[in-house]
Amino acid sequence: MNAQANPTALSAYFLAEVSDKIETHTLSVLVDNEPGVLARVIGLFSGRGYNIDSLTVSETEHEKHLSRITIVTTGTPMVIEQIRNQLDRLVPVHRVTDLTVQARMANQEKPLERELALVKVAGSGDKRLEALRLGDAFRATVIDATTDHFVFEITGRTSKIEQFISIMKPLGLVEVSRTGVAAVQRGAEGL
Amino acid sequence: MTREMTGANMVIQALQDQGVDTVFGYPGGAVLPIYDEIIQQDAVEHILVRHEQGAGHAAEGYARATGKPGVVLVTSGPGATNMVTALTDAMMDSIPLVCITGQVPTHLIGNDAFQECDTVGITRPCTKHNWLVRDVDDLARILHEAFYVATSGRPGPVVVDIPKDVQFATGTYHGPSANPAAAHKSYRPQVKGDAQSIRAAAELMAHAKKPVFYTGGGVVNSGPHAAQLLRELVDLTGFPITSTLMGLGAYPASGANWLGMLGMHGTFEANMTMHDCDVMVCIGARFDDRITGRVDAFAPDAKIIHIDIDPSSINKTVKAHLPIIGDVGHVLEDLVRIWRSSSLKADPAAMKAWWEQIDAWRARNSLAYKPNEDIIMPQYAIQRLYELTKDRNTYISTEVGQHQMWAAQFYGFEAPNRWLTSGGLGTMGYGLPACIGAQVAHRDALCIDIAGDASILMNIQEMSTAVQYGLPVKVFVLNNQYMGMVRQWQQLLHGNRLSHSYTDSLPDFVKLAEAYGGVGFRVDKPGDLDGAIEEMIAVDKPVLFDCRVANLANCFPMIPSGKAHNEMLLPDEANDEAVANAIGAAGKALV
Repeated sequence: MNAQANPTALSAYFLAEVSDKIETHTLSVLVDNEPGVLARVIGLFSGRGYNIDSLTVSETEHEKHLSRITIVTTGTPMVIEQIRNQLDRLVPVHRVTDLTVQARMANQEKPLERELALVKVAGSGDKRLEALRLGDAFRATVIDATTDHFVFEITGRTSKIEQFISIMKPLGLVEVSRTGVAAVQRGAEGL
Repeated sequence: MTREMTGANMVIQALQDQGVDTVFGYPGGAVLPIYDEIIQQDAVEHILVRHEQGAGHAAEGYARATGKPGVVLVTSGPGATNMVTALTDAMMDSIPLVCITGQVPTHLIGNDAFQECDTVGITRPCTKHNWLVRDVDDLARILHEAFYVATSGRPGPVVVDIPKDVQFATGTYHGPSANPAAAHKSYRPQVKGDAQSIRAAAELMAHAKKPVFYTGGGVVNSGPHAAQLLRELVDLTGFPITSTLMGLGAYPASGANWLGMLGMHGTFEANMTMHDCDVMVCIGARFDDRITGRVDAFAPDAKIIHIDIDPSSINKTVKAHLPIIGDVGHVLEDLVRIWRSSSLKADPAAMKAWWEQIDAWRARNSLAYKPNEDIIMPQYAIQRLYELTKDRNTYISTEVGQHQMWAAQFYGFEAPNRWLTSGGLGTMGYGLPACIGAQVAHRDALCIDIAGDASILMNIQEMSTAVQYGLPVKVFVLNNQYMGMVRQWQQLLHGNRLSHSYTDSLPDFVKLAEAYGGVGFRVDKPGDLDGAIEEMIAVDKPVLFDCRVANLANCFPMIPSGKAHNEMLLPDEANDEAVANAIGAAGKALV
């Protein structure tokens, strides 16, 4: 391509400095808990081609019928800004907060993020013992067991859960159910 | 004040309380209770269309020509799905529309009942918001909220889906809230711009050497007051001004600073001014791909001020150096006041040089076409139509295609709300119903749909509506027997293989007009054109005017897709070879 590094006013080809570094952000979205609200949020992401890495939703203020949706998404800074603004445009959305940006502004690496997983492992002999030992090391709780299996409950950052699951794979991993990420800002202040 | 009444009654009462005088609609099983109320009152006039899509576009035309929300009433299932195109169109062009749909009774929802569809599911991505009303006691609140959401902030379409049992049920009605903004729980559009940013914008403008105003449909949506302020600001600053397709008329085409429309089929001077400017003031426009052309070559030296009511328009495709979120009218009022009170002034020497440059571009005469004495050139037809109607009270709608671009290039708009066109979605079949909507709102005006022979057939059935209500709309068909814009793109992109863009077996438009009860004209000689147009204007009936134009004329100038503003294909350079090679490999994938 005959692009020029130093464009003149009359040049047709001009390459803007595009910051297309992909970033992962955690957004907190406060919405009216009304029928279809989750479909609006999800439809926005699929319709506009945004990514959802994780999505968690539950009513958090029952008397006001407010739900809090936590979304982990990836994109360029421009796309993340778009996502925030597009979410904010939905009528039942009260507030959208980019927790990752807030954490950055407070000089923190990340907001507080936790995920819970239920991990079923089946097997016998050494593998079974090894699974139990590692469960202990990861501070996972056994919430169901027979002589053939364990179900572990594990809480932590996404990376910890991922690591636990991959370790359990050769030890007889049967299935996993994950909640997705719940997140809040560090410190005394709320949304 | 609250009263007990049925859901169907509430709909009529709410329309009256919202000041609605006209509803466009089509009855069906799931809205019969509402239709039973409609016939028993005369405060709200119902216009019966021939297809629900027509109702939607008519309501859009009504909205665009009045500044008020358009209201539509259709039934469940196919009634609702036929509305989807019009809703999407209104969404893309920010047209306030309140669409009331009937729904099967609540106990049948989800049962695949007759004429059931998931209306709120289907219309969710093509409305600003929608509601399914499950309890008659929520109906009044939701209807009033619907009008508030449709008309405030960035306007748009909304749908209220009302099951039939809710229409029959009795509940409590209350009138609109005195302060709907405060009453709403979560929706808070920002109308007032940030004062500091507006001051910064004024400073930036005052220091500009090569400024330009780039305005859009947001100015029209903001109301006549905003257009007035825009004119004032242009006069104060002396800056050149261009506009998108949607914004035509906000600044008069006869104004001294007018550059013509910009973008893919905009003028050379408008696009070159945009490309070379150092300060761009974007007012109520959204950097659509038809405007920017190649984004990474868009206005490389410009500092961009972007005024928009919708924060999601900011930095969507083009980075704004100075965003101002707010209603155009409010922001312009502050901007004009600051400009005046700080005695800011554009640099006279720089402005002189800038205008000299612009005049040189203007001299390129990019809209030129070869006149022809035997065949009507489409551009000539629009020019004559303009000359013969410009001193009248006119509203112009269009369909979509070459005729639309020629209308935008050659018909001069002096005031906002006079130009009704489908910009964002590009909906063929928009023009006739939109023209009907404008004529319903302005019975004495001259309402013309500038159409193409292909587009007009997409909603031709609405001729019947026009005849029924005595609406003397004039459909001016530039008939070249092709889907002209499709053919133009096939010439540009696909080696002139004209796959299915030629319309064989077109109807006889004169007979067609007569079959509907209207009047038909056919003209194929340039010399007969003026007389026929005069006759058309004089007819007090719906008219189909079959204007036979040069079949192979193409629409120039043009920024081929994937190219920049300063790489326009000008009419005198657009020979077959240039056309065939205008678009590169990367551009071919673009639309």
